Amino acid sequence: MQGPPLLRVGCAAGFSGDRVDAAGPVVEALVAAGGPAALIFETLAERTLALAQVARRANPDAGYEPLLDAMLRPVLGRCLGAGIRIVSNFGAAHPHGAARRILALARELGLRAPRVAVVEGDDLSGPAQRPLLEAALGARIDALDVVSANAYIGAEAIADALRAGAEIVVCGRVADPSLTVGPALAHFGWAPDDWDRLARATMAGHLLECGAQVSGGYYADPGYKDVPGLARLGYPIAEIDADGNCTLTKPPGSGGRIDAHTVKEQLLYEVHDPAAYLTPDVVADIRDAEVAEEAPDRVRLTGVRGHPRPAALKVNVCHENGWLAEGEISYAGPRAEARARLAGEVLRERLAGLGPLRVDLIGATSLFGDDAGRWLAAQPEGGARDVRLRVALNHPDREAAERLPREVTALYTCGPAGGGGVRTALRARLGTASCLVPREHVPTRFSFHVEGMHP
Amino acid sequence: MKQDSITVPLYRAAHGRTGDKGNRSNISVIAWHPFLWEVLVDQVSEDAVRGLFAHRRPACVTRHLLPRLHAMNFVLDDVLDGGVNDALNLDSHGKALAFLLLDMPIRVPADLHGCLVGTSGEPSTHAA
Repeated sequence: MQGPPLLRVGCAAGFSGDRVDAAGPVVEALVAAGGPAALIFETLAERTLALAQVARRANPDAGYEPLLDAMLRPVLGRCLGAGIRIVSNFGAAHPHGAARRILALARELGLRAPRVAVVEGDDLSGPAQRPLLEAALGARIDALDVVSANAYIGAEAIADALRAGAEIVVCGRVADPSLTVGPALAHFGWAPDDWDRLARATMAGHLLECGAQVSGGYYADPGYKDVPGLARLGYPIAEIDADGNCTLTKPPGSGGRIDAHTVKEQLLYEVHDPAAYLTPDVVADIRDAEVAEEAPDRVRLTGVRGHPRPAALKVNVCHENGWLAEGEISYAGPRAEARARLAGEVLRERLAGLGPLRVDLIGATSLFGDDAGRWLAAQPEGGARDVRLRVALNHPDREAAERLPREVTALYTCGPAGGGGVRTALRARLGTASCLVPREHVPTRFSFHVEGMHP
Repeated sequence: MKQDSITVPLYRAAHGRTGDKGNRSNISVIAWHPFLWEVLVDQVSEDAVRGLFAHRRPACVTRHLLPRLHAMNFVLDDVLDGGVNDALNLDSHGKALAFLLLDMPIRVPADLHGCLVGTSGEPSTHAA
């Protein structure tokens, strides 16, 4: 007996700042392949939602992915015409606002109105949810100036929306792999406790959720890990079968590479215990996972198993977190490193008492070191001839933090010889407190967006 | 160690990438060739990695083995100075950290020399 056809899920964004021209070739490949397909955009990192919440406070129409238009405009008509469902967390802090914008975009493009569903329940920042956060975080929460609080919710509401006929599903904080699990659940009709299949689809989603990171992005290392066409990377497509196993591929003719090595790197990306990759949908176990190269740019993933989903959902509470002050100045030519080091010592003396100061010598050493400077102190003067001094500190008070940019700027006239190219920055920081909340206290739902009906 | 071994940087035997969540970093180490797997298991140990990252004061270093993938996953707790929210590092995610690990010297038996990527002098392209 013939089972249900493959489901193809393409991913056109792996974070909020991703390339906006990624979707076109993915959609063309999905159309050419025919058959059921979904297009996902993953645009929410931990802090993206807090920034969206801040934006919505300033402007009640804002609060969703700022690049929504740029991402969807090139492909919306093609997806609607070909029956490719779009699923994304680009709703951020204002999913109905995103839905409204999508309907307006469809009108501007002369398209029919798509059926847009909105998934809700993740936002726990309201007064009604405050006791829930207090129970989870205890007295800590009283000291926090909370900007956003969101639970990582799962795929069920997405699947429900798709089964009800949604062509576009707009979410806020759903777990990244759930963007893929939702369409798979709706398409294959798996039981909600079919842990093995859910885990396999989850790992397909995990491979997709960072966009080009599985197809040659975050991989190239000239001479060791060469990637053709890095400037025109093809974003990934997972062909998911009825058992949840998948083959990863990318649009024909696109740049990038998908081989066993790129897939293994991304499979382990942000994974801790391979026996227990926790999501709201399932606990995935990749200890016996295997990857096999089927053809050029085609890799099969099998052997993933699943265990029952966790009883609690992860909640991220974002809060105000003081100020980050940064400053840089450059030195070049003979003894450049010695002059940069001297400038660092001057700043340490001038800013003593303000708080721990990080000092980097860009061009000599700047990334491997720790904030406390143990690494830097152990690096002998290396005679680098083109060095950019960078200093940074955190401070709860803005006025105090502003002393750093002033002192770096003053190095023009008061610092070592030949210092140039001062740049300074002062930025508000956001902090995150994570906690667990029993899932029964976080009801999720979907609704179709009806224009004029939603704030 | 066996006779006739050569010392090479780990990146000639393995590749990997860094991921982060909060103040925790994970670094994968994946053998370029299955024959190199035992060498990696033997030498790229928790102790070795703890030593490389000592300046970042990891609270805990855990190695998970995935023999079917010829891969291992290191989890380093509390090595990101608070992570993206608090760290002063330009690279608050710790994206670069895999290359600190991949530069570690390892000894490889001479008969596995052909499984290594690159040469002791100039790098060569890993065959697709």
